[in-house]
Amino acid sequence: MSDALTKMLSSRDWILADGATGTNLFNMGLMSGDAPELWNEAHPDRIKALYKSAVDAGSDLFLTNSFGGNASRLKLHDAQSRAHELSRISAEIGRDVADAAGRPVIVAGSVGPTGDIMEPVGTLSHSNAVEIFHEQAEGLKAGGADVLWLETISAPEEYRAAAEAFALAQMPWVGTMSFDTAGRTMMGMTSAAMVQMVEGLDHPPLAFGANCGTGASDLLRTVLGFAAQGPSRPIIAKGNAGIPKYVDGHIHYDGTPELMGQYASLARDSGARIIGGCCGTMPEHLSAMRRALESGERSEAPTLERIVEALGPFTSAGDGTEDNAPTARQTKRARRRAV
Amino acid sequence: MSDQEDDIILSELDDEELVQQMFDDLYDGLKEEIEEGVNILLERKWAPYDILTKALVGGMTIVGADFRDGILFVPEVLLAANAMKGGMFILKPLLAETGAPRVGKMVIGTVKGDIHDIGKNLVSMMMEGAGFEVVDLGINNAVDAYLEALEAEEPDILGMSALLTTTMPYMKVVIDTLVEQGKRDDYIVLVGGAPLNEEFGKAIGADAYCRDAAVAVETAKEWVGRKHNQLAS
Repeated sequence: MSDALTKMLSSRDWILADGATGTNLFNMGLMSGDAPELWNEAHPDRIKALYKSAVDAGSDLFLTNSFGGNASRLKLHDAQSRAHELSRISAEIGRDVADAAGRPVIVAGSVGPTGDIMEPVGTLSHSNAVEIFHEQAEGLKAGGADVLWLETISAPEEYRAAAEAFALAQMPWVGTMSFDTAGRTMMGMTSAAMVQMVEGLDHPPLAFGANCGTGASDLLRTVLGFAAQGPSRPIIAKGNAGIPKYVDGHIHYDGTPELMGQYASLARDSGARIIGGCCGTMPEHLSAMRRALESGERSEAPTLERIVEALGPFTSAGDGTEDNAPTARQTKRARRRAV
Repeated sequence: MSDQEDDIILSELDDEELVQQMFDDLYDGLKEEIEEGVNILLERKWAPYDILTKALVGGMTIVGADFRDGILFVPEVLLAANAMKGGMFILKPLLAETGAPRVGKMVIGTVKGDIHDIGKNLVSMMMEGAGFEVVDLGINNAVDAYLEALEAEEPDILGMSALLTTTMPYMKVVIDTLVEQGKRDDYIVLVGGAPLNEEFGKAIGADAYCRDAAVAVETAKEWVGRKHNQLAS
């Protein structure tokens, strides 16, 4: 009961998380292809400004600049030996910003996917995945993160490996997956299946949910899918601010602050308690979301039609949870195996 | 149910049944069974090109359609592609020997700064599954790596992939360089990756954005067909 997130959840109805990391860093001069995590050391002032911009816009919680700070991802930049160090620094800068906020602000240590596919389909073994996540978790813990924040995961195997690693680090955590393929994760997991998985873990997360993906509408449909399962732990919604467009040499997301404010209200109505943005969500979006959550009336959970009306169409007809969801061909061998 | 009843003996099936069973086995991602099926058809004096197009490409078309329609997902498609690869490994040298027709050639790679290759690998596999020759440059490709490969391989298509909002703008860097060097029109440029969309593809000057690997195959066929028609006219 002693961790900061549990404490905040027990006293608050909803929590506003932060917005984009990558989109904001681009605006500060990050070049396409460079590792954002190297900036923790090279430009701590800019990382501090990033965190502070979320806090100043009203976020109760922000994620550290460590999404790609695992050995598997850092290898590309020949920095695979620096996962612990770069993660630690990202949390240390976060700690300073949170402690100076003058109100409770949570430092959530971001942990992104390894980028590899796990066995048996891919090459990454469970034990290697646990080791990679554990190393980063220890770095974030050493830097003073309150909670670990697993995000943008596609494979259930990877989610489980991270859970195991976070248990080794003895850290409370939350974990979100990205539902970007016909309403499921790239690896085919539905919102309903994620709830089953999360509820069955030995070291379960404090909260779980969805982030990124393909736009705010789809993300809310996923949240409704979580809520329909009656999960025992809080739901997280962290959707993108619309869809990316290429304007004058940089990426711009087309969701307006007003739209993201509506999204925040609808996310809460759908059953989410920790609400934030993902790619494209700038401080002005966060402010609008804060205002919407503070002043808006709660309503019953929106229908899918209401979501489309407010935020735009879904990218797929269904999300795999409906009764008439299409199923794979029953091949002769599969039929025989099933008998 | 006994094991005997469980077994499907591929060699006892007639040609048509065997091809249907190979469609199923590709769908189920059964590599050894596909290899066995290919060898049986070779023994029955099928032309390697017919085995490729009728059995393997036919089977992968079903996999691709169900992937496109959100019925199969990445793990199933990877297994299917792996089974296909097993069959292709046997056929490849024979295809070269027999001078089988080529559908087209593609150079593909994930852009600089991006290590994500799941989607790109899927495209490679599905393109091979459709009979294309694919040169895979892997991850983290700078402009020069693309240019060298285009020079050396003379493909019909350049494919670029990015999974991160931090790396997708790099596609434009590559396309701009091609334009500067007057080479842009020598290739069909296809782009893809989770954060992209059609508008983005247009804005950076690609010929088409491909939502997934199945769409990439359809788009590649369409554009290569168009290119050939242009050359003929």
